[in-house]
Amino acid sequence: MNKMNQALRELSAMDTLAAQHSPIHGLNAAAKLICTAAYILIVVSFSKYDFGRLLPMVLWPVLLFQISGIPVRICFYKLRIVLPLVMAVGLFNPLFDRMPLLWIGTVPVSGGVISMLTLMMKGIFCLMASFLLIATTPIDSLAAALRKLHVPSMLVTLLLLTFRYVGVMTEELAIMTDAYHLRAPGQKGIHISAWGSFLGQLLLRSMDRAQELYSSMLLRGYHGHFHYAKWKPFGLIDALYLAASLTLMLLIRIFPVAQMLGALFI
Amino acid sequence: MIRFQHVSYAYETEQPVLTDLSFQIAAGEAVGLIGANGAGKSTLMKLLLGLLSGASGEILADGIPVSKENLKEIRKKTGYVLQNSDNQMFMPTVYEDMMFGPLNYMLSREEAEQRVDTVLQKLNMEYLKHRHNHKISGGEKRMAAIATVLAMEPEIILMDEPTSALDPCNRRIVINTIRELSQTKLIASHDLDMILDTCDRVLLLSDGKLAADGPAEEILRDQKLLEEHHLELPLRFS
Repeated sequence: MNKMNQALRELSAMDTLAAQHSPIHGLNAAAKLICTAAYILIVVSFSKYDFGRLLPMVLWPVLLFQISGIPVRICFYKLRIVLPLVMAVGLFNPLFDRMPLLWIGTVPVSGGVISMLTLMMKGIFCLMASFLLIATTPIDSLAAALRKLHVPSMLVTLLLLTFRYVGVMTEELAIMTDAYHLRAPGQKGIHISAWGSFLGQLLLRSMDRAQELYSSMLLRGYHGHFHYAKWKPFGLIDALYLAASLTLMLLIRIFPVAQMLGALFI
Repeated sequence: MIRFQHVSYAYETEQPVLTDLSFQIAAGEAVGLIGANGAGKSTLMKLLLGLLSGASGEILADGIPVSKENLKEIRKKTGYVLQNSDNQMFMPTVYEDMMFGPLNYMLSREEAEQRVDTVLQKLNMEYLKHRHNHKISGGEKRMAAIATVLAMEPEIILMDEPTSALDPCNRRIVINTIRELSQTKLIASHDLDMILDTCDRVLLLSDGKLAADGPAEEILRDQKLLEEHHLELPLRFS
């Protein structure tokens, strides 16, 4: 299958995931958004040598994956392109920070290795939380939540339109690459000599389609203001979810949970 | 209901797309707009919807002059079914797409939802309500595109090639649906058999000029006239 078609299918699969029914899918979008933002902030706040204290933070996304019924492997599959970048973030730390911080038996572990692992874990946890939010919340509900949280309308509309137009552009790219490969059999990728005209055409075609879409919106009364998804009122369940999530995160942040659990068995 | 009075339009000054076009369409009339590629059919529709501006002459939709100030009112009264349904359906599901127009015209969510349900029931497509736009067939998408327009309860419906790229069965469904619509209709198409099935009157455009205006059956049986303007007789007459 054309890579672009595959990308399109994956993009639409996110909509399908978000449309499923589970206790997490049914929660108020603002509650989920606040929890995700808090989770990311708390994860980022750990110091670079706090690997042991950071690890229990995995509990929150793992719990949500279980309750929402979304397999974790889907998350890692979808994030396969950005994960290597996240992993590469602290790759050079072991070279610069060689001071041993702990010993496993007789093997010294340098501060660089620990900070590299911490950075990697931070990146992975943040991606998992972001994926969970998108996989359990339709983009329109997310937009509605952002507006409720007083994010400027222009930014929210921009986010929504970008989400829609990414699909349009990818569709055009899929059609063009198919047409190219049908007349360039056996060729891997697009030859560098065709890049200029290819990109130019892609831009023109995407603009044409975007213009058509925009006309269609105008003709149905669009005047710069989106009517977002039906707003689900903030209920008791949402308050409980928010309170439980924040408490769990803060407990892990304040107390050395891993150490305390370990002490129970020693 | 629709009136074009000495309308001329050009994208570039030297190349007029429409030249001194005058016609009138009464309320409730179903009119076919035919002509070879580049005759000006889509331009005519876009001018009526205010998507293009700068035409000379006068264009009225339901008695309202098409001008920047009146666009909101005109677009509220006029529904447009695009040739490519993919360009019309931009929300994730059929339901959300159908809600888009009514909500923009300040209907409450409950009222808009009621409208959506009524239209879906009328078109026998309740089963499509919560389907994702990217997962429905071409025929279903065309019907959904028509539904999004009907949900706005327009008084005038413009359609650009409503049966293009449809299989015979879906084409028949679309034709039957169009026939049942009581609104004023202006349908641009090369599918002359469909025009015969759905329209009482035909406007033949040629090089931006009105080459013929009359009863559908009369014009579409006139082989000489059609061939002069790069068209052919409908299949049932050939």
